[in-house]
Amino acid sequence: MRCEYLAIVNLTTPIKEKQIRKLQIGDHITISGTIFTARDEAHTRALRYAKDGYPLPFKTQDGVLYHCGPVVRQVNSTWEIISAGPTTSARLEAVEAEFIENFGIRVVIGKGGMFKRTEEAMKKYGAIYCAFTGGAGVIAASFIKSVEKVIWLDLGIPEAVWILKVEQFGPLIVAIDSNGNNLFSEIDKKIQANKSQLISNL
Amino acid sequence: MDLFKILEDMVFKLLELAATQLPTKVEAQLLQYINQEQSEIGANQFSIIAKNLQLAKELKRPLCQDTGLISFFVKMGDIPLKRTQLKNLFIKQTEKATNSIPLRPNTVNFFEGNTGTNVGKLIPWIYWEHTSETGIEITVQLKGGGSSNVSQLVMLNPEEGLQGIKRAIVEAVARAGSKGCPPYTLGIGLGGTEDVAMILAKKALLIPPGQRNELKVFAETELELNRVLNSLGIGIMGLGEGPTILDTHILDAARHPASLPVGISFSCWALRYATARLKDNEIEYITHEV
Repeated sequence: MRCEYLAIVNLTTPIKEKQIRKLQIGDHITISGTIFTARDEAHTRALRYAKDGYPLPFKTQDGVLYHCGPVVRQVNSTWEIISAGPTTSARLEAVEAEFIENFGIRVVIGKGGMFKRTEEAMKKYGAIYCAFTGGAGVIAASFIKSVEKVIWLDLGIPEAVWILKVEQFGPLIVAIDSNGNNLFSEIDKKIQANKSQLISNL
Repeated sequence: MDLFKILEDMVFKLLELAATQLPTKVEAQLLQYINQEQSEIGANQFSIIAKNLQLAKELKRPLCQDTGLISFFVKMGDIPLKRTQLKNLFIKQTEKATNSIPLRPNTVNFFEGNTGTNVGKLIPWIYWEHTSETGIEITVQLKGGGSSNVSQLVMLNPEEGLQGIKRAIVEAVARAGSKGCPPYTLGIGLGGTEDVAMILAKKALLIPPGQRNELKVFAETELELNRVLNSLGIGIMGLGEGPTILDTHILDAARHPASLPVGISFSCWALRYATARLKDNEIEYITHEV
C-alpha cells in the first residue's frame, strides 16, 4: 500500500490540545487507544443530557469521536466488530459544534467533510476533523481490537455508542485543523467554480 | 431438492454475495481506475479500497458497514410458486442473512425504531416483473444511506430538453460533492411520472458498467456526462484527486406532454447487487463468479 510511505503522526488517547494545535490539513495521522462512536441519535441524546445537567455514561474529555454505525456480532457476552467504516459527517454539522464545546472532543473521524460551524468550534476549542476512506468497512474494523462497552443500545445497533479499543487506526487525513483551515471547503470552492464553467459549455 | 429449498439457498447466497463482493464487472471497472491512478491522495484512497475488497471477499464480511436498505427485483417466468410464497421467502432469508452474515440492521419503523432484522413495514421492497421465459431471475440490491441521501428527482419543463437534463445532473453531482462516497455510478431515469423516473434511475444502476444505451443519442449523452462530471474535480472520497464518476446509465420512458421528470440515483463506489437465474432447478449466477 502506498500509504506506508507517508509521513504519519501517531497519536494515543487521551489527546492534549497542544498535540492537536501542531497538526495541519493534509497531514496523515493514526489513532491508538480508546475511541467512541456516535451518530445522529447519540448526538441528540448526549446534548440533552448536557442541557439537563446530567453527566454522560462514558468519557469524552480529550477523546476521539468516530462517526460510525458498525456491523457487529455478539458471541456469548462479547461483541465483535465485523465492518466499521465511517458514515457521512455532514449529517452531524448542525450539532457538532455544540458537542465539541460540551464534551471536550479533540478528534472527530468521519468521511466527506464538515463545514463552517464545526470549523469554528475546532479552532476555538482545539480539535481536528479527520477523514477515513468511506466504504472501507473491513479495513477499518481491522484496527478495532475490542469492544470495551456499548451504551444506549436502545437506539439500535447503528445509533448506539460503541466504546472501542483501536490500534493505529489510519491513515486518517486531517481535513479540518485547529487553525480554521478546511480541506473539503477548499475543494468545494473549486467544484462550484468548475460547475459553472461546465454548465455554460454544455 | 425441492424448488422452494433451492430458492431459499439461492436468495441467501445473493444477499451474501451482494454484501461481501462487488459484481465481477463492477470490480473490474473499479480496479482499472485503481491501476491508472497517478495522484498520491487518489492512489492512497484507492489502495485502501482495493485492500478492503480483497479482505471482505476473503473473510466473507460486508465490505461496507452500511449494508443498505434491501430491494429485490424479480422476473417471474413459469415457476409454480405464488408471489406470497416468494415474498415470505425473501423476508425469511433477509432475517437469516442479517443474523448470520451478519448485516447491519437498517430498517427503522417510523415510531417503533429499528426492527433489528432488516425487515420492516413494506421493506424489503420487491419489484415484480413477469416474463414469458422459463424459470425465475432474482436480483438483490443493497442501497446505502450516504448515496441515497444525495439522490434527486428534478421535474423539468419539457422545453429544457436534453440540455436541461444534463444541467440538472451536473448540478446534482456538484451538490452531492464528497457526501455519498465518490467515485459515483449514476442511474438516470427520464420520463414517465415522478415515481417512474426514480424507479428507472434505480434500475439503471443495475446495468453492467461500460454498457451503453441502445439509442445513439442517449449513449452519447452517457459518455458526455462521464467526461463532464469527471472534470468537476470532486475525486475519490471528495478529496479532489482521481475520478468523480465511474459510469452513467440512462433508462427512459414516455412522458406526459407537460412533464419531464429526471430521476438521479447515486451509487457510492461500492455498487452492490447480485443476480441469479433459476431454470429447470439449475442456478446460474449472473453477476458474480461463484
